[in-house]
Amino acid sequence: MLKLPHGLVNQPVVYKLAKDYRLEFNILKAYITPKEEGLLILEITGNKDDCDKGIEYLITCGVDVQLVSHEIKRIEEKCTHCGLCVGLCPTGALYVNIKSRKVDFIGEKCTACGMCVKACPVQAMEGNF
Amino acid sequence: MPKTIQEINEKIKKKSAVVLTAEEMTVLVRKEGKKSAADKVDVVTTGTFGPMCSSGMYINIGHSKPKIKIGGGTCTLNDVPAYAGWAAVDVYLGCTQVPESDPLNKVYPGAFKYGGGHVIEDFVGGKDIRLKASAYGTDCYPRKKLETLINIRDVNEAVLFNPRNVYQNYNVAVNLSDKVIYTYMGILKPGVGNANYCSAAGLSPLLNDPLYKTIGIGTRIFLGGGTGYVSWQGTQHNPSVKRKENGVPQAPAGTLALTGDLKQMKPEWLRGTSMIGYGTTLTVGVGIPIPILNEEIAGFTAIADEDIYAQIVDYSEAYPQAKPGPALGEVNYAQLRSGQITVQGREVPTASLSSYSKAQEIAEILKEWISKGEFLLTDFVAPLPGPDDGVVFKPVNERPID
Repeated sequence: MLKLPHGLVNQPVVYKLAKDYRLEFNILKAYITPKEEGLLILEITGNKDDCDKGIEYLITCGVDVQLVSHEIKRIEEKCTHCGLCVGLCPTGALYVNIKSRKVDFIGEKCTACGMCVKACPVQAMEGNF
Repeated sequence: MPKTIQEINEKIKKKSAVVLTAEEMTVLVRKEGKKSAADKVDVVTTGTFGPMCSSGMYINIGHSKPKIKIGGGTCTLNDVPAYAGWAAVDVYLGCTQVPESDPLNKVYPGAFKYGGGHVIEDFVGGKDIRLKASAYGTDCYPRKKLETLINIRDVNEAVLFNPRNVYQNYNVAVNLSDKVIYTYMGILKPGVGNANYCSAAGLSPLLNDPLYKTIGIGTRIFLGGGTGYVSWQGTQHNPSVKRKENGVPQAPAGTLALTGDLKQMKPEWLRGTSMIGYGTTLTVGVGIPIPILNEEIAGFTAIADEDIYAQIVDYSEAYPQAKPGPALGEVNYAQLRSGQITVQGREVPTASLSSYSKAQEIAEILKEWISKGEFLLTDFVAPLPGPDDGVVFKPVNERPID
């Protein structure tokens, strides 16, 4: 998840990731907040060295870079494993484990859309999105 | 050979009763047939853990000095209005009640973060609750105001009293419109974007005794982590619904009114619940033991997900506008649990409101209680109305007042 400060919103920062650092990027979510800051959720593919350098470049530009899997969290003690979130999760990050019949959560697949946070009847999902 | 509940209870006291969960019974009956299973098995346990909106508790807080007559006055528990229409210090709190300050759906969809159900969860968990009461005052009950913390340890009675729980089967909810809708069946995406269902199905108490042969008034049950009883038929009990050949209703049918001592229950099994855009409720854990008295009953407890069908209902218009007419189709619970069903030619992801893993846990806990001789079965003192008793869930007959 990239948070672009006000001054950077008009600059083609993401294009540089592909041109200078040979990274493939897939934009999962993008919007500009009322304060004219940018919020992007990108899936970046490339070799590890290029990825590290590309992220370093973003940070030196003033972009706040965070792994999306850290944005949405499940409060394990609250979850009742009902499964209501599963029907709304667009990426399958939340799914019913056929053996245990419980709901498993793969943070790496989460794109922080926030549907589970809204839908969870016992408020077991929390996060920023 | 047919058994009686007394015989089964004698075995339970000796810790020699054979107890299986409904899932295990399904496997046994499929392997060895109803007759063999009926001979071998004494009790089958069932379980369910889902939102049950007609739930609440009543408490007697004890008299104050000087005395106050809350009955006829007002009372809130953690700012949630409680019903004060009973005797002086008896109050009832329903799970769907929200604080007066709750914005409801003014900013749509409302979050409904805290209501009666959450108060009950906090109370059962041993937390202090803020009670604020006002009264009009009488000669014998002169006090007009009482504000105090109360706790489940200190009150006299604390009783879980639920007019309607454990719906026997339910609908599959979809949204035919072009806008997201927020319902008691969860968030429904437009254009039949998803399908939500709510039943423990193969583990469900009433679906394992579809014709109410063993479950009736006075049946002892697992309720909210403790022991409870069936006190009456639940509201909207509808035994005359269409059934498949196996006796299993294919639409929402029977319901139960359940009661028990809240002091021996646990918050893990009584969870305050918020449905976005809809309101608050209580998710209740219930487990009912079924005595395997004969072959027929053994057959019923072998009912599994794929034997139970539910109707696909549109919640954007057909349901809210109470439009008569057939459903959009029907599916069984094995199809629903696969994660996808076909509606109007499209593949639609499914999700459950009822926790199957918690239902399994409840069936296991009840199995343990019975196997250890800690839980005896009861014969019902009166039966529930059955399919031939003429009980039908009717809509309201609106008549003008003037």
